[in-house]
Amino acid sequence: MATFETHIAHNRRISVALIAILSLFICLLSGVVALSLSESGIERTSAVFLQGAGWGAILTIFGAFVSFFFGGKLVAAICGGYRIKPHDDKALFHVVEEMSLAAGLPMPDIYIIHDETPNAFASGRNPEHALIAITTGLRKKLNREELQAVIAHEMAHIKNYDILTMMFVAVFAGVIVLISDFFLRSYMHSIHLKWNKKSGSRVLSFKKGFWYTVGTLVAALFLSWMAPLFALLLQLAVSRKREYLADATAVQLCRNPLALASALKKIALDPGALQCDNRATEAMFIVNPHPLRRMAHYRDESIWSTHPPVIQRIARLRALAHEYPQPETKLVELEEDNELEFVIEPPGPSQSPA
Amino acid sequence: MSSLIILLVIIVVVGFVVAGLYNGLVRKRISAENAWSQIDVQLKRRHDLIPNLVETVKGYAAHEKETLEAVIAARNAAVTAQDGGNMKELAGAENMLSGALRQIFALSEAYPQLQANENFGQLQEELTSTENKISFSRQHYNDSVQIYNTTVQTVPSNIIAGIFGFTAKEFFELDAAELEAARKGPQVSFS
Repeated sequence: MATFETHIAHNRRISVALIAILSLFICLLSGVVALSLSESGIERTSAVFLQGAGWGAILTIFGAFVSFFFGGKLVAAICGGYRIKPHDDKALFHVVEEMSLAAGLPMPDIYIIHDETPNAFASGRNPEHALIAITTGLRKKLNREELQAVIAHEMAHIKNYDILTMMFVAVFAGVIVLISDFFLRSYMHSIHLKWNKKSGSRVLSFKKGFWYTVGTLVAALFLSWMAPLFALLLQLAVSRKREYLADATAVQLCRNPLALASALKKIALDPGALQCDNRATEAMFIVNPHPLRRMAHYRDESIWSTHPPVIQRIARLRALAHEYPQPETKLVELEEDNELEFVIEPPGPSQSPA
Repeated sequence: MSSLIILLVIIVVVGFVVAGLYNGLVRKRISAENAWSQIDVQLKRRHDLIPNLVETVKGYAAHEKETLEAVIAARNAAVTAQDGGNMKELAGAENMLSGALRQIFALSEAYPQLQANENFGQLQEELTSTENKISFSRQHYNDSVQIYNTTVQTVPSNIIAGIFGFTAKEFFELDAAELEAARKGPQVSFS
């Protein structure tokens, strides 16, 4: 029988493999870029390649180091979250305490984001240094059980170490974009110089030999165009996979799949746009905070979406409801709701903040 | 010579396997024990809150003497059971206490002034949350015990468990349905 422990161990192996692949990829990319930009010819190929790869590795290690120690707080700061104390919201603290007991993990820090759009995310490097951030909209619009289910989902991300994996993958993808961008800009710049009959071109000088120049150039261009795409798709695939597992783990913690289903529905169908929304952090939230992408991927699977379709997450949770019987009334309520679920209301212009 | 080396290699490999299994057992036992201490903390917290609650309710509903005394009696029985350390007795006593508390909160609805008391409101939130915490820490304890017991009872770790005296732990249940659910373990599908 596959238990949660074996899944978490499996997850951890995949995370390590993922990070190793991305690191190697960064070294390859920066090595090839160095070859293309360098003035030296074919006889110094390996030295130049290694030098470039070394710079790539240094950049990566720096990024990983910063995100490991400051990543959680940084993400919270980007979203304008601030830490609250128990007396600011006793009931919220009780709910989080209850879930940390259920998970057998230490109590995470709690951050509040002033935003009427309901959403939540978790961040940090390990359960001892973790935080859960929720918006004021989430706090207002969900009842206690739904809030508990959402906190359970975030606690699951902490328990499964998704917070660290997703942060590393995001940083590595960022480094890849940075190197690619750097190369493409240098290349454009040198074309520009050639066009104006000025010298100083590095990429397009054929001093190194025609075929060598063209070969490294084509390789570097190819990698620079493909790498960010590759990194992005990888990041999205990992994120989607982990959302399902976090939902399942959340149910294991709060034993209330229908509350999570109804919370997901409320969050997904809310027309608001999160003010601090940006593509880099979208995958971290419980449901994509961008209203258009949230609507577009509400029902359909896509390799471009950060989360699995909400419809499917709800269907899986409903299937779990039979494993964890809840009081009759609640089942009936959600059953009646059934039809509503497939009605996608476009965000009304009057309600969305801008 | 070469057979000696092979023998040595086998001994080393077996040693590593045994050590790994042993460490796994210890880790799981410690995690179950930690989970138990969390329940203990929450039960104590509830026992400490009850005298306060009784005092507050007395001020508004003195003639509900029977219910109040029942709560006190249930609380004292639970404290004794907690000190005694018998898990079945403790579960029974705590079950009684939960029932008695429910009665207090039910009767409080007949006293609007009591409901309006700020102290009572806070106590009610505290006790409700403590009740939840007890059930969630119990759930975590039972999950940990289930993992530990499975390890103790399955091949090959059961051999090591037998040699070093690891024995299966008791679940902490409140009723038969829960017992069944805990025995069965979580049935969740992943993909």
